[in-house]
Amino acid sequence: MEDGTAPLLALSGLTKSYPGVRANDDVSFAIHAGEVHALLGENGAGKSTLVKTIFGLVAPDAGEMRLAGKPFAPASPQEARAAGIGMVFQHFSLFDALDVAENVALGMDTPPPRRVLQDRIASVSREYGLPLDPRRIVGDLSAGERQRVEIVRCLLGAPRLLIMDEPTSVLTPQEVALLFATLRQLTAEGTAILYISHKLDEIRALCDRATILRGGRVVASVDPRESSARDLAEMMVGEALSAPARSGAAGGGELLEVDALSLPPAHAFGTALREVSLTLRAGEVLGIGGVAGNGQDELLAALSGEMRADAGRIRLRGTGVGRMGPVARRARGLLAAPEERLGHAAAPDMSLTENAVLSAHTRKRLARRGFIDWRAARAFADAVIDRFDVRTPSSRTAARALSGGNLQKFVIGREIMQDPVVLVVNQPTWGVDAAAAAAIRQALIDLAGRGAGVIVISQDLDELMEVSDRFAALNGGRLSAPRPAAGLSVDEIGLMLGGTHDMEAAHAHPH
Amino acid sequence: MDLTAISPALLVASLMVGATPLLLAALGELVVEKAGVLNLGVEGMMIVGAICGFAAAVQTGSPLAGFAFGALCGAGLSMIFAVLTQVMLSNQVATGLALTLFGLGLSSLVGQGYIGIKPPPTVRLDLGPLSDIPFLGRAVFSHDWVVYGSIALTAAVWWFLNRSRAGLTLRAVGENHDAAHALGIRVVAIRFAAIAFGGACAGLGGAYVSLVRVPQWTEGMTAGAGWIALAIVVFASWRPARVLVGAYLFGGVTVLQLNLQAAGSALPVEYLSMSPYVVTIVVLVVMSARRGARSTAAPASLGKPFHATV
Repeated sequence: MEDGTAPLLALSGLTKSYPGVRANDDVSFAIHAGEVHALLGENGAGKSTLVKTIFGLVAPDAGEMRLAGKPFAPASPQEARAAGIGMVFQHFSLFDALDVAENVALGMDTPPPRRVLQDRIASVSREYGLPLDPRRIVGDLSAGERQRVEIVRCLLGAPRLLIMDEPTSVLTPQEVALLFATLRQLTAEGTAILYISHKLDEIRALCDRATILRGGRVVASVDPRESSARDLAEMMVGEALSAPARSGAAGGGELLEVDALSLPPAHAFGTALREVSLTLRAGEVLGIGGVAGNGQDELLAALSGEMRADAGRIRLRGTGVGRMGPVARRARGLLAAPEERLGHAAAPDMSLTENAVLSAHTRKRLARRGFIDWRAARAFADAVIDRFDVRTPSSRTAARALSGGNLQKFVIGREIMQDPVVLVVNQPTWGVDAAAAAAIRQALIDLAGRGAGVIVISQDLDELMEVSDRFAALNGGRLSAPRPAAGLSVDEIGLMLGGTHDMEAAHAHPH
Repeated sequence: MDLTAISPALLVASLMVGATPLLLAALGELVVEKAGVLNLGVEGMMIVGAICGFAAAVQTGSPLAGFAFGALCGAGLSMIFAVLTQVMLSNQVATGLALTLFGLGLSSLVGQGYIGIKPPPTVRLDLGPLSDIPFLGRAVFSHDWVVYGSIALTAAVWWFLNRSRAGLTLRAVGENHDAAHALGIRVVAIRFAAIAFGGACAGLGGAYVSLVRVPQWTEGMTAGAGWIALAIVVFASWRPARVLVGAYLFGGVTVLQLNLQAAGSALPVEYLSMSPYVVTIVVLVVMSARRGARSTAAPASLGKPFHATV
């Protein structure tokens, strides 16, 4: 049908308003067959609304779409699928208790009989290098395998346009490589891909074209291979980004000491901590790197007080706090913000104000004689929202309703504004867009600049190099000896992450 | 105690009759819960089905009309629950409890003029030579069509849930209603249908109590059968075949205690009367102790309100 020049999908003048927000404002661009088209933008720039419009989940207020030259206005996802649009959601829309074939069948309008479908899944997954057993229960699959289920589900419909919303945020590097190979194979066959991601390097490696949204409008359309990641980020944000300014205040008195701390794993698939020792000084940011699952969750739990140890193993300003729970540690100034935002760092169905009370009631005196001081609580929540630019209708909004990046800003901001003595954060900018990530990193550095100690646990090495004064690596539950971050080469970091014997020796200490 | 007074063939026969209302109500609730809705109003829908079915049968002289009207009234009552919980997003537990209390009151009101009347008899199915088999003929092959229908319904529900497209859609709704919505499945419509089916099954079960099992109308005559049906669904870990086993097990305990009472057991009647409920509690505790196995897991969206946000 397409003659190479006519776009596969042309959007013109799409506009969609919600109460108080214009999510999409006169959005126009075109996607051609066989190209990977990136859709870039900060959280709240209108990417999701736009994608939902294309997929028939949202009806635009104005504007029109043309698919291969014909008017295209899907009233439902079924219509969009029938027209050749496939979508892989950011939060997988899978059913844990059902098996792979059943999940795939649900996404089809007229699924073939079970046996036939199982064979087709097996053959598609072979053809595109996506290993998948159609009989397995989805709840037992890894994040990468679950994504394959979604992709295979789309591919069985032989889509002309495949929409992928943040596809790599949950994948290991190996799984990302596998996914990219599949996507390249698809484009070679003429499928167009609309690719949404925060990871600018990925977009530069994969995409032919990038449309950048800001505040619901298209602000630029560029060839990402000819733009630097920095240029792309600045177009998204609309202002020049600066690397975080360092305070140079490191080197004060000792705030936190951990002495040969060993703990059993937190859950069945966890990692035991083995003789972890560290010293954190006032004004210092200690970065802790490592591949996920090497004891990060356990280290955070041990420091926050969710897991207890002997009193003397963890000392805050000389006092043994190892036996204390999170509330007692918080009262003394040892605060933590865990990785998992919904359900760990925040209660999803409670309002931001209530979530603020949950973590700040002792240090900010939001409760008196057992009664919550709602006025003070609201004022505190509003102050966090204001200072950390959390985009939310109000502090009464449920945590679940915020986008990941905005909730992360709130969760980190809530701890920073309690003036901690020591703050421990795990994956502080996970799933957060470039501008917000820069703001969070700056806030952590500023906090250290005011004399607090900060421990940043992260898998993002660039982030750790940006914020850390000293760097250590977690490997199999052991922590390497920290080294000054300035001047560390990539090779040295790689060796630390690899946990070579050399590092083990360096880590050994007298008892 | 004279155990010889208990005839094994009669015991099995009355077990099947006693278990049928439980089986019907539990199958209905199974489908409702598989769609992600917890309707605690089973007892209320059963008792309303019991009096409505009884009244219709007495008025028309046709037991068939009674069963049909009982099912219809059960479904009608469940629609109140459906509108409240699915449209107005009220709390499912509170609404279900209210439905039970409402049903009990309504049935007493409607049943004022029906106390002490005998309903038209429900004919036994003529199974020809099968009914002449010694023991089995009397125990298993001498029942009315509802007994066999309920067993067939078990198979039908299994087939529907595990083999049909519509059943897969229904399970998907109960498992993850947000994802189902994102796929374009009409979550609320499917839940309405499931709730109506559950109500009809409970109503049919109730009508069976008043038309066949007892058979007459007394206030509160379902006597907690709806609650046992709810427990059976959990006991069966949401599987139709196990619902059948569970219903016959609980029905059997009920019938056995009646027989033991009649045989003059030395145990006080009260202990025997409470035995089915004690067994229910024990079984539920045992089931929940084996938590974690996926095969015994409840539908993930069970009892959660669904509000479409696009």
